[in-house]
Amino acid sequence: MTALGFELTVALRFLREGRMQTALIIGGAAVGVAVIFFITAVLTGVQGDLIRRVTGAQPHVVVKPPEETVAPLLAGTPDAPRVAAVQARPQRLTTIDGWPALARATEMTDGVLAVAPVASGSALGIKGDASRSVVVLGTELDRYLRVVRLDDKVKAGVLQLEPGDALIGIELAKDLGAVLGDRIRVQSAQGSSEVFRIRALLDLGSRELNRRYVYTDLRAAQSLLGIPGRITNLDVSVRDIMRADEVAGQLRAQSGQLIESWIQTNNQVFAAINNQNIMTLLIRVFITIVVALGIASVLVVSVVQKRKEIGILRAVGATRRQMLVVFLLQGVMVGASGALLGSGLGLMLVSVFSRVLRNAEGQALFTMQFDFGLVGAVMAGAALLGLLAAVLPARTAARLDPAQAIRG
Amino acid sequence: MRLEGLRKTYNAGLPNAEEVLHGIDLQIQPGEFTALIGPSGSGKSTLLNAIGLLESASGGSYHLAGRDVTVFDDDERTRARHDVLGFIFQFHHLLPAFTALENVMMPGLMRPQGKGGPAVIRSRAAALLDAVGLRDAYDKKPQELSGGMQQRVAVARALVVGPQLVLADEPTGNLDTHAGDSIFALLRQFNRDSGTALLIVTHDPRLAARCDRIVELVDGQIASDRANTVAGA
Repeated sequence: MTALGFELTVALRFLREGRMQTALIIGGAAVGVAVIFFITAVLTGVQGDLIRRVTGAQPHVVVKPPEETVAPLLAGTPDAPRVAAVQARPQRLTTIDGWPALARATEMTDGVLAVAPVASGSALGIKGDASRSVVVLGTELDRYLRVVRLDDKVKAGVLQLEPGDALIGIELAKDLGAVLGDRIRVQSAQGSSEVFRIRALLDLGSRELNRRYVYTDLRAAQSLLGIPGRITNLDVSVRDIMRADEVAGQLRAQSGQLIESWIQTNNQVFAAINNQNIMTLLIRVFITIVVALGIASVLVVSVVQKRKEIGILRAVGATRRQMLVVFLLQGVMVGASGALLGSGLGLMLVSVFSRVLRNAEGQALFTMQFDFGLVGAVMAGAALLGLLAAVLPARTAARLDPAQAIRG
Repeated sequence: MRLEGLRKTYNAGLPNAEEVLHGIDLQIQPGEFTALIGPSGSGKSTLLNAIGLLESASGGSYHLAGRDVTVFDDDERTRARHDVLGFIFQFHHLLPAFTALENVMMPGLMRPQGKGGPAVIRSRAAALLDAVGLRDAYDKKPQELSGGMQQRVAVARALVVGPQLVLADEPTGNLDTHAGDSIFALLRQFNRDSGTALLIVTHDPRLAARCDRIVELVDGQIASDRANTVAGA
């Protein structure tokens, strides 16, 4: 016992002496930590899956030219409306002027990861007798890959967009009866048409996209859509996907273009994710409070039980500060060992349930990631929690009057 | 150690205030072996607690080892308790979670500075346990020892930091005559060997008669204070 120092020695021995109490409170802390661990893992997995699904082939933020609107010539007042109906104007293919400068400015904006120019419009995909309505997306592939990850969506072929190459959705290929390496003709509404060789088949995560998307080289799309040198939108990826709205707001303020973030276009999904986060935060906070109260109550009882011992130690020369530290250390050790045990328990839960809980494709919803950093952080947090929980009982112990405590 | 006009009032300022010590003048010289006797309720334990710095006095002055301790705060009192005083209680008051050897080492461990480190404290504690005849009981918990053995451990603990004054509150009161005699003999021996002063509160006139000096307390005042020349025989 000599190597540890007085306070730690006594703290350890007190904990060991109160076997049942110590085991119960460490168990309680462990269960709390395990639950927090588990719901965090599940939540991260579920949300990650959801976001991947929703944003799969979508950029986080899209920069578009402003919509053309019809302004009534005579404005009405609420009392005397002049115009019964305003017919929305059919939207032409609008383009962004001076896009290279805008792309550079966008790239420099805080929180923006990458920017890719896109020229997109509707067209007809034709092979032999089969024809399907498609969306042509012309872009610079190397830039686009930093915005939308296509590499994990390739079902066959290679990602490559030389002039005359196309990457198409798997459903579209099926509909047109085309296979890898086949040529398809794409004819735009403006009447021009080009022939592309299919370089890769993509699974974009949704049936709708899979039967409509045709990726081509930027120039080819521009000439096809009749907008040489111009683009229809800038696709943007952001660093923190949950804060895409903030980046969008920033871009809106500085560019005057129409900016849409994935959060706007998928409002309900984002709201659901947000609500989940708030609920789990609440659960975590309450579990933390319960664990802290548990540790505190056990130590309060321990101080009462150890009154006499505290009195003896004080009588033979232990200072108030030393008694304070003895009980604070007990809180720290209970918290930390509970966290260690709880992390193990949590990992067990995660590994069991990662085999049970699956997403729509039958893949595991979350994978078990043993993160030493996380375990360390949880232990440090729990130790701090134990310390805080021990403050009150430790002060009681430190303030005991030795003469009274010894008397009984 | 010198007390001048020491007073102690419980519940001071309240309607049930009660003065227990009415101005005690008492000096104890280094190496003295003194008995404090008196009837129950005469204030013996209160006086011992005041001398032991476990309770602060309500009035008067108290000098311990040349310093005025009435102005000490809790930390300074604790330090003085540790450095200058040793305690032996009526009930051994050992820590049940620790072995005999650990109990003896405890006062040394709580302030290891200037004591030569844990190893030195340990060997001193072991030597003291040997001296009180408990060579085989180092690793026994207090509850595994007899009452007399427990009190021997307590004696060893009181002596481990080399105090100038050991305060013993009825150290033999809970023991049979034989065990009590052997504890008393130990105290006497340490007093002779190391020059440690002892103040022993006792009910037992037989024990008091074997001390060098007998102070009698009655109703919170010193009724008699005499040297006992026949002692030590």
